Amino acid sequence: MAVQDNIGSSAPRTSLLNDPVFRGILYQIIVGGLVVAFFYWIVVNTAQNLAAQNKTTGFDFLFRTAGFDISFTLFPWSRTSFYWQAFLAGLLNTLLVAVIGIFFATLLGFTLGIARLSSNWLIARVATVYIETIRNIPLLLQLFFWYFAVLKAMPAVRNSFELPLDVFINQRGLMVPRPMPDGEFIWVLLAIAISVIAAIAVGIWATRERTATGRYPALVVQAAKIADAVVTFLVAALAFTLLSQFVPVLANSPAIAWVVALVAAVASLTRFAPYSRAVVAFAITFVILASLLRAMFPGWPPFVIDLGAAVAGLVMGWISLEGTLRRPPSEGRFPLALLILIAVGIPAVVYVVTGAQLAFELPVLERFNFRGGVQLPPELVALVFGLTIYTAAFIAENVRGGIRSVNKGQTEAAQSLGLKEGDRLRLVIVPQAMRVIVPPLTSQYLNLTKNSSLGAAIGYPELVNVFTGTTLNQTGKAIEVIALTMAVYLTFSLLTSAFMNWYNGRVAMVER
Amino acid sequence: MEHAYVRDTMVDARQPPRGTEGPIAWLRRSLFASPSDTLLTILGMLFLLWAVPPIYNFLIGHAVMPGGTVEQCRAEGAGACWAYIYARFNFFIYGFYPIDQYWRPNIVFVLGAALIVPLLMPSAPFKRINAVLFFVVFPIVAFYLLNGGVFGMTHVPTEQWGGLLVTLIISLVGIICSIPIGILLALGRQSKLPIIKTLSVMFIELWRAVPLITVLFMASIMLPLFMPTGTTVDKLLRALVGVTLFSSAYLAETVRGGLQALPRGQYEAGASLGLGYWKRTYFIILPQALKHVIPGIVNNFIALFKDTSLVSIVGIFDLLNTVQSASSDINWSSPTQAVTGYVFAAAVFWVFCFAMSRYSLWMERRLDTGHKR
Repeated sequence: MAVQDNIGSSAPRTSLLNDPVFRGILYQIIVGGLVVAFFYWIVVNTAQNLAAQNKTTGFDFLFRTAGFDISFTLFPWSRTSFYWQAFLAGLLNTLLVAVIGIFFATLLGFTLGIARLSSNWLIARVATVYIETIRNIPLLLQLFFWYFAVLKAMPAVRNSFELPLDVFINQRGLMVPRPMPDGEFIWVLLAIAISVIAAIAVGIWATRERTATGRYPALVVQAAKIADAVVTFLVAALAFTLLSQFVPVLANSPAIAWVVALVAAVASLTRFAPYSRAVVAFAITFVILASLLRAMFPGWPPFVIDLGAAVAGLVMGWISLEGTLRRPPSEGRFPLALLILIAVGIPAVVYVVTGAQLAFELPVLERFNFRGGVQLPPELVALVFGLTIYTAAFIAENVRGGIRSVNKGQTEAAQSLGLKEGDRLRLVIVPQAMRVIVPPLTSQYLNLTKNSSLGAAIGYPELVNVFTGTTLNQTGKAIEVIALTMAVYLTFSLLTSAFMNWYNGRVAMVER
Repeated sequence: MEHAYVRDTMVDARQPPRGTEGPIAWLRRSLFASPSDTLLTILGMLFLLWAVPPIYNFLIGHAVMPGGTVEQCRAEGAGACWAYIYARFNFFIYGFYPIDQYWRPNIVFVLGAALIVPLLMPSAPFKRINAVLFFVVFPIVAFYLLNGGVFGMTHVPTEQWGGLLVTLIISLVGIICSIPIGILLALGRQSKLPIIKTLSVMFIELWRAVPLITVLFMASIMLPLFMPTGTTVDKLLRALVGVTLFSSAYLAETVRGGLQALPRGQYEAGASLGLGYWKRTYFIILPQALKHVIPGIVNNFIALFKDTSLVSIVGIFDLLNTVQSASSDINWSSPTQAVTGYVFAAAVFWVFCFAMSRYSLWMERRLDTGHKR
């Protein structure tokens, strides 16, 4: 047949130049050749330039003495340290800022992202204004502002601002207490690790039992009740002790706070538990609000502030009462208090039994400077501040996008199953939103790490400052130094994308 | 046919249920929906009460307006020193550009604005000519106008350019040069040819991985080393090369998103018409892919515009650097001098970036014409 005649005979003859396969190879040879020629040209030029300047290449300079000072390092540094130690110091300083910044930026970013979605008009507007302002101003400008206009304009050492918890702030930075654990304290750290794992294990076990049998194990329920009472007692004791500071009559008899706490704890074991919680909620709200407002509006008369805080406390107490009255009986509730008690209680017992000591060396103002404590340089504070505030705006947008990406039908389906607001968010919305949030969140973390290189502009000794700045200037090894710096950031980036691929593969939606 | 059960008059619209309309209902719905909402509202108001009056007093209430003196700025409790901004305004805009030559940057500003405004309006005619004028002719004209040395204009070396002028130049050159490079890289990354694909991926990933500041350091220190012995590379040009390389890598990833969003059928339809790779790409793929990613491209430009401030680290007098160096001007030294400068620079950057982001949102809505599947 005619059709079959063509099989075996050659394809119609066309010019070799029109053959896609040949063309592809030709293009690649041309492009590859051009790139090779370009690099050859660069290498030849560089060699000539270096020869003209009498410079050598190689990484042997890393083992020479650096001979310069670094204002802030995480390990002992002297002028006789080597260049590779300078590299390490810069790298560690970069990582330090990155870790602290990521922690605070995540907190602030999630808060703002949720606030922007709030049904409360005012809260949503405040969050929007924050995000739209911060996102549209260069980070470097913000760093300059925090460093030159805020921290450098702080009072001199003599007139340091005193913040709560023995923290001082002045031109030379932030003075914070230095923790001084003794030899026994290692047992407490060990106990913290073990008890946290134990608490998680109990939580998983209890949840599994409940999934299998429909209720939490009786042992857990009983222990949870006692733990509830203990936690209520401790929180109430703290809240009422602080509360009594605001009421002159009570301030002189500290025993009253303990009695009230004891009553609240006993009540939490009976059917009056909701009322006991409401009273504690009142005390907590009052204490926080009253101290906050006194700090914010020093000009206002104290009794007005106390009155306002008391009203707010009553509202919070009422909200708590409404909430707890509608909650299921304690047998059906997740034993959160028990887990907290395990995680905190065991280390506390170990702390007392072993006689371990955790003293704090407080910063003390002497004639000219502070003695003791840890002195965080203003560069570090400004960099952390700037990075946190800037990155949080971007994280907030990612969080908002992630939450909004969850189909409205999911919310409705959860409602139709009878899930309450909190369970709906925890079990249905957030797990699906996290799938969308985590990848951009990781790249924001990477951005924050890369942006920490701007610390060089305000004199924070991070990698770019110490290495691409000072080391390069002193050794003149431009190619090696810049290549090494870029390699570090490239490693960060590759690690991040490796994590993202792993995560994406793990959470990818299984579709039909 | 008449039916008794068919209405022939409209029913009057009923009043909405009480308490769902009007300002009171709005307040109840969006500020006082529940006790916890009320508490949040009160806390928010307290926060505003705490934060807004000091900011207002600093910016307007106690500020020293243009025409004021430095003594007023130094007074106790004085707010922002706008008189200082007014006095140094030319420096912030033109840097060290010779004062008698200000007409040259001014012409560039006017020309650029006159070309970009119709380009951004989708309804304006002559898009093609307009684009060629803005992206090709305008940069050449602007360069000769600013640099001088022709038609009897005095030569002004780039060291004297500065302020907002340099910020705009760097961002514009970065944008204009990174578009073609970015598109080529994106196409290269999608290519089936292994060598081209690998080269594109390496280029993109390298520049995206490192911070811009190291790219700028590299450009300003290593570029002279790479050139044949004896050639000098202008400082501004070095920064421009760095910024362009950096932003083209980011742009490539945005364009790639558009290429990937295009249904396969479009590629196959182009091939079935017998179009070769370039014709198919130019006539079918790119117009659709770029349209998809216009908002993303604008967002890239916002990032680029903010990032131009980093060139101050390698010693170029952009807007931020002029503000920074003017803040040590002892003629105007006052407690609020530095803050005022930063607020001014922040306001300028904010206006540009916010306008761009609103434009991007508007374009997104306009282009959202049912292409999403």
